[in-house]
Amino acid sequence: MTRVVTVVGIVLAMTLGSASAQTLKTVKDRGVLNCGVSQGLPGFSSPDDKGVWSGLDVDLCRAMAAAIFDDATKVKYVPLTANARFTALQSGEIDVLSRNTTWTLSRDTNLGLNFPAINYYDGQGFMVRTSLKVNSALELNGASICTQSGTTTEANLADYFRANNMKYELVKFETADEAIKAYDTGRCDGFTSDVSQLYALRLKLSNVNDHVVLPEIISKEPLAPAVRQGDDQWFDVVKWTFFATINAEEMGLTSRNIDEASKSTNPEIKRLVGTEGNFGEQLGLTKDWVVRIVKQVGNYGESFERNVGTGSRLGIARGLNRLWTKGGIQYAPPIR
Amino acid sequence: MSPEARQAPRRSARAILYDPRLRAIAYQFIVVVLVGWAAWHVIHNVQANLEAQRIATGFGFLNQTAGFAVNQSLIPYQESDTYGRVFVVGLLNTLLVAVIGIVLSTILGFIIGVARLSSNYVVARLAEGYVEIVRNLPLLFQILFWYLAVLGALPGVRNSVAIGVQPSLAWLADKVALFGGGALTLAEYIRSASAWFGPPDFFVNNRGLIVPEPVFHEGGMIVLAVLAFGIVAAIVMRGWARRRLDATGRAFPVGLASVALVIGLPLLALAAMGFPVGFTRPELRGFNFVGGVRLNPELVALVVALTTYTASFIAEVVRAGILAVSRGQSEAAAALGLKRGVALRLIVIPQALRVIVPPLTNQYLNLTKNSTLGAAIGYPDLFSVFAGSALNITGQAIEIIAITMAVYLFISLVTSMLMTWYNARIMLRER
Repeated sequence: MTRVVTVVGIVLAMTLGSASAQTLKTVKDRGVLNCGVSQGLPGFSSPDDKGVWSGLDVDLCRAMAAAIFDDATKVKYVPLTANARFTALQSGEIDVLSRNTTWTLSRDTNLGLNFPAINYYDGQGFMVRTSLKVNSALELNGASICTQSGTTTEANLADYFRANNMKYELVKFETADEAIKAYDTGRCDGFTSDVSQLYALRLKLSNVNDHVVLPEIISKEPLAPAVRQGDDQWFDVVKWTFFATINAEEMGLTSRNIDEASKSTNPEIKRLVGTEGNFGEQLGLTKDWVVRIVKQVGNYGESFERNVGTGSRLGIARGLNRLWTKGGIQYAPPIR
Repeated sequence: MSPEARQAPRRSARAILYDPRLRAIAYQFIVVVLVGWAAWHVIHNVQANLEAQRIATGFGFLNQTAGFAVNQSLIPYQESDTYGRVFVVGLLNTLLVAVIGIVLSTILGFIIGVARLSSNYVVARLAEGYVEIVRNLPLLFQILFWYLAVLGALPGVRNSVAIGVQPSLAWLADKVALFGGGALTLAEYIRSASAWFGPPDFFVNNRGLIVPEPVFHEGGMIVLAVLAFGIVAAIVMRGWARRRLDATGRAFPVGLASVALVIGLPLLALAAMGFPVGFTRPELRGFNFVGGVRLNPELVALVVALTTYTASFIAEVVRAGILAVSRGQSEAAAALGLKRGVALRLIVIPQALRVIVPPLTNQYLNLTKNSTLGAAIGYPDLFSVFAGSALNITGQAIEIIAITMAVYLFISLVTSMLMTWYNARIMLRER
């Protein structure tokens, strides 16, 4: 039903005049950032028993709130289904969508959206019961596969099985929770989604160790935040907030040592923490924007380890998401 | 009065201004213009803004390749088909649930509604309990209950329950053997008898009911045509029998003749064509059964939940309708010596229907619209595959939601129209 509500919203927004082109000003005036997140995906965006949200996607919104308000808690989280997320952004219900969303060409063009940066390099994979003794996705001919509807997953699945000349049955559900429950009852042999989600949703199964994630990665899933087209300043704020966390990790700035960093004589660090230049002000923020972000949220590496890394419940290896200096592909343009 | 006097006098401008009839027309004209202008403004503005935000518009996407699978389709469908075809697939799945649900819930609702008025205490209280429990629980909860707790609890594919003569006899033999002694010989006898039958053809597991698929060879179509002819002939015959009964008072064995037409005739045709129908046997191969037709658990759970839920409301509608018929009517029927069942069928129900039909229409409309809840259990209806998957991949929310709303509106209006027509037909003809 949320879908219908958001569509009504979008029609109203479209009717009563264009959505504000000055998102940064609107957000500052409002005093709180509206951030679209998932309905509960451990490691990326999920609320705890006190209703406090955490996760890698949530950290991006917290970093933005820290940069804008100097208070990472000034975020209103709007939980969205995969089907409702884009209309919520288009209609202006949220300022930024940070909901493990794959960046694709058609979404970039048809939906009137822009993707500022990739905050998690992911790929689609399969999870099956260990009792099936399946070692490869290529052995899944004739299987029933459960998934969540309204994602890139469905089309990737169709492509993979067609390319390998295999048959399958697709059973798709409105939410990831419903899909994983049906898989748990044995309705399906396999469950497919982005690999990071497989690890997260596996935690919701009745017996975690009865299920295994297969080695095949069948697609590229660059997960990215999204903003509306036509507001370049806001696009830049989201983009550089994320880049700031990458640059901070590269420079070795963490939430613990950020206070000493203001005394640093290293010109690169000086530009980052704002003791030299006025880069934050060029974005419409303050000079110490990076200090605020790193102090309250941490750099990208800290956020990764805390939410999804080997130290967390998900236990995902850093892999492609390592910095470019450490053999990964996370890379940010310089702040200068 | 002379013709001159009857002619309207030349009216002054002031009189025209205050003419109530002209005023009413003028006001209505202004309202129409305002509404029209507002509608044009909305459409124009939405279009301009969508363009400004660079969101794709138009209905061209209906001809693009959809690229995703749908696991239940009444017409052939594959991933390389278009969004237009996805729309038809989803629509047919929605109609399938709606039609089955309406038929079953009407039957169940009538039975329970009559049972609530039964003079048998146990039957009446059971029916009352059913109504009070089922209609007071949220529908989504009931759908999930049937899907996850009932159908989900069935054995997995590898442990499918086989239904057929052979497994039943084998099961019976095992039970008989438990008695020991002479029963062992009997069990042996049953077991050898079971070997006469082929392998089982029906399977039940948590992925549905799998039955053999009929395959028509040459001449099979003729048998189907004969079946269709039989059904039409039975309907025509029924009308003729009723007219004859009204005209001459002589009854005709309608039931027997119908059976002969609908079942006997096609059987004869089958024999005449040399049994041109075969069956593919379902077989467990790999992950799933291959061959045969499968009834998906999503469809079963949705139909069962919608039927039982709506039936509890229909039961109350039926009860209200019957109670609305004055008591004197059934007493008069009893005085004429009509049995209770006959009196109910011929005297009470026809009068009750006048009260029952209008609220019954509401229940049918609700059932159709409630079928969208099937998205929660993965039933691929219009709402799930078209307003869900297709919407998300194309991103054309306004067009797709508009089409979907128009379709549900259309289905509801057609249902309404049919019920109004039926209501007019059964109205008391006052003479």
